Amino acid sequence: MYRGREGMWAWIFHRVSGIGVLLFLFIHIVDTALIGWGPGVYNAVTSIYHEWTIFRFLQFTLIAAVLYHSFNGLRVIVIDFWPKGYKYQRQLFYGAMALTVLALIPTGYFLLGPVFGIETRQG
Amino acid sequence: MSLAERAVARRGTNFELWSWYYFRISGVLLLFLALGHVYIVHILTPIEQVNYAFVAARYAKPFWRTYDLLLLLLAMSHGVNGMRLVLHDYIRSRPWRVFAYSVLYSAALIFTVLGALVIVTFQPVPE
Ligand code: HEM
Ligand code: HEM
Repeated sequence: MYRGREGMWAWIFHRVSGIGVLLFLFIHIVDTALIGWGPGVYNAVTSIYHEWTIFRFLQFTLIAAVLYHSFNGLRVIVIDFWPKGYKYQRQLFYGAMALTVLALIPTGYFLLGPVFGIETRQG
Repeated sequence: MSLAERAVARRGTNFELWSWYYFRISGVLLLFLALGHVYIVHILTPIEQVNYAFVAARYAKPFWRTYDLLLLLLAMSHGVNGMRLVLHDYIRSRPWRVFAYSVLYSAALIFTVLGALVIVTFQPVPE
């Protein structure tokens, strides 16, 4: 199944990103559930997402994982259902990588810009 | 060997074939739902404005509750199914594997119920 090194890395990244996003989903259900404790509690929780610098980096990592997993997942599906797909699995891997990086640019700008003193938009 | 071949060789049942299809179907749906969700809370809305009022406004519309419920059910089932394969690959001892599956499925059940309850029952209080 893994023709060459790209295929192996594609699979390792897919596995690691899938596990990571699932772990986040568990945490995320709890942070969302805190909304039941009212605005005071929930606003304190959500403010962590933008006020703590480390959280901005964590979210960037999370979004990178979601994007990669999505685009590589699409690559896997294309390889499975398009008879010639396997011949292009390496090109498709670079395609998935390129889409991930492209989609990360606006996210990175809004999420990490303020960390480096760039005024992106008012909160 | 593809996942499906590996699966059929391993279990010799239809279950792994269904699982294989389920990854792909839920994957395509999640492509829109999960990326859409992240797009809404990070690009359309500045993350600085994602707070109680934001959620209260969204959850006033049944559409977004349905959206989140679908996202929850699909991401959880797809992710847990994936985690099942991961545990299968790395835990060779059968009793420990059964134990790990039990922990995984129990956690999935508890968190899905919690998540679904929040989406269905949330009633905003004035700030
Ligand atoms: C956003 C769109 C998504 C797409 C297109 C997608 C696609 C896929 C596909 C096709 C597979 C099967 C890979 C194979 O058969 O070799 C898979 C596996 C997996 N996915 Fe997703 N997925 C998505 C979202 C998610 C989410 C939100 C999570 C976590 C909650 C997740 C967690 C996993 C895990 C843990 C695996 C198993 C990895 C492995 O066996 O190595 N996925 N995904
Ligand atoms: C860091 C990025 C993220 C932020 C800031 C965020 C924010 C939010 C917010 C504010 C809500 C509350 C309801 C709403 O307004 O829709 C929510 C709910 C939800 N999010 Fe996210 N989200 C993020 C990433 C994700 C990802 C990657 C997934 C998919 C795995 C996800 C899945 C969900 C689900 C399933 C719910 C419903 C939770 C429940 O059951 O109560 N979120 N999110």
